[in-house]
Amino acid sequence: MKRMEFRNTYIGNITIAVKSLFTGMRVTLREFFTRKITEQYPENRKTLHIPERHRARLVMPHDENGNNKCIACGLCQQTCPNGTISITTRTVTDEESGKSRKVLAEYRYDLGACMFCQLCVNVCPKNAIEFSNEFENAVFDRSRLIIKLNK
Amino acid sequence: MLDFTTITTAIDRFLHSALPDWAATLTECALVAVCVIAAYLVFAIVMIFMERKVCAAFQCRLGPTRVGFWGVLQVFADVFKMLIKEIIEIKDSDRILYNLAPFLVIMSSLITFSCLPFAEGLQVLDFNIGVFFIMAASSFGILGILLAGWSSSNKFSMIGAMRSGGQMISYELSMGLCILTLVVLSGTMQISEIVETQTRGWFIIRGHIPAIIAFIIYIIAGNAETNRAPFDLPEAESELTAGFHTEYSGMGFGLFYVAEFMNMFIISGIASTLFLGGWAPLYIPGLEGFNEAMCWIPGIVWFLGKTFFVIWLMMWIRWTFPRMRIDQVLVLEWKYLVPIGLLNLLIMTICVVMGWTF
Repeated sequence: MKRMEFRNTYIGNITIAVKSLFTGMRVTLREFFTRKITEQYPENRKTLHIPERHRARLVMPHDENGNNKCIACGLCQQTCPNGTISITTRTVTDEESGKSRKVLAEYRYDLGACMFCQLCVNVCPKNAIEFSNEFENAVFDRSRLIIKLNK
Repeated sequence: MLDFTTITTAIDRFLHSALPDWAATLTECALVAVCVIAAYLVFAIVMIFMERKVCAAFQCRLGPTRVGFWGVLQVFADVFKMLIKEIIEIKDSDRILYNLAPFLVIMSSLITFSCLPFAEGLQVLDFNIGVFFIMAASSFGILGILLAGWSSSNKFSMIGAMRSGGQMISYELSMGLCILTLVVLSGTMQISEIVETQTRGWFIIRGHIPAIIAFIIYIIAGNAETNRAPFDLPEAESELTAGFHTEYSGMGFGLFYVAEFMNMFIISGIASTLFLGGWAPLYIPGLEGFNEAMCWIPGIVWFLGKTFFVIWLMMWIRWTFPRMRIDQVLVLEWKYLVPIGLLNLLIMTICVVMGWTF
């Protein structure tokens, strides 16, 4: 007769069960004494930690002269699944060369329709737009969610 | 050590001098009832709050923090919410049994509660078969649960009640075996005497291996007795909704809830009485100064400290393990806990007979 493996026997079953139960209890005991991750939000505004990659709203960074990097290519508008972004352009003629080119007139972003997929940021060839951590965006009127990003 | 018998006999003497005998006894009964119910409710509130906080801590959360300082008023807010809920009259339900069931459950847990020795002399029911009485009184809570399932005229309630009944009756057995093991060690069934003997060392230390095995089985069976996870089979949202109390609303449900929590307190109280010495302070033979110092801590602090430690242990178990299927629950009881309990009883008897205990 083949000898039964120890862990398939009655006693072996109990031994393994008890051992695994204590493993589980050790895990939860450690959890009991760790620092709690709950953020007490309105009170801890000053020390609030928000992960850097958190996507709260779309912004267009401007340098100190008020210039942005947008070339009005319209890729972000095309790629947005929700039609959140609408770009209006105007044509300016370069005085020296006489060539005309498109520049950004208005970059409108509808925060209420955005689903924060980050496709617009990924597709932008100039890294002109990015997501910021400013998350307190509640307003009383929906029309105020439509934001003009460029200055 | 502070002895409560002096206070109780003083009150007794005062009442007997002021009133005729029958009136004095009646007043005493009323006083005791008021005290027991008040203590019951206070402990229920403490327990519910503790459950929330401990559960939160095990899940790396903070728990309630908004209502009152550190969330202490949360339980009161819950009770008010429950009180203003509508009490539904179920069509085709057995009106009398339906309304009676929660009171049966709460009655059984109240009677058991009054058997607990809170401190020296601070015990309502104390007679020579005390442990036996606790077992009997705690079993008839099952009757309330079965009636609740039956009278709701809801098949899911009925199935939930049957599951609950089957589980509680099964686990009563291994619980009884564990208690019996300790009765063999102590040689008495009177609760006050059991505690008295433990002033010279707690039973879990004096009974060593069999007592520790009995303690572990008792904690497992106690978790199953109170229908808490991992044994919360009567409540299965997907199959049976809330089990036997599906059709109850408002305070009817509240009574079941409170009784469930207080049963946990009672189970822990019995565990601390039988295994950890009840109100008896820590005693280490040979260290006279240490023992003297321990005796300065009042018995009620010892009792509540140990009881809440056991409650914490049960909550730890509850928030660690996933729940089991009904067949696994019964297999665990009948194929594992009962045989081990019986064997353990035998070992304990041999130990006591041969004098291998401390």
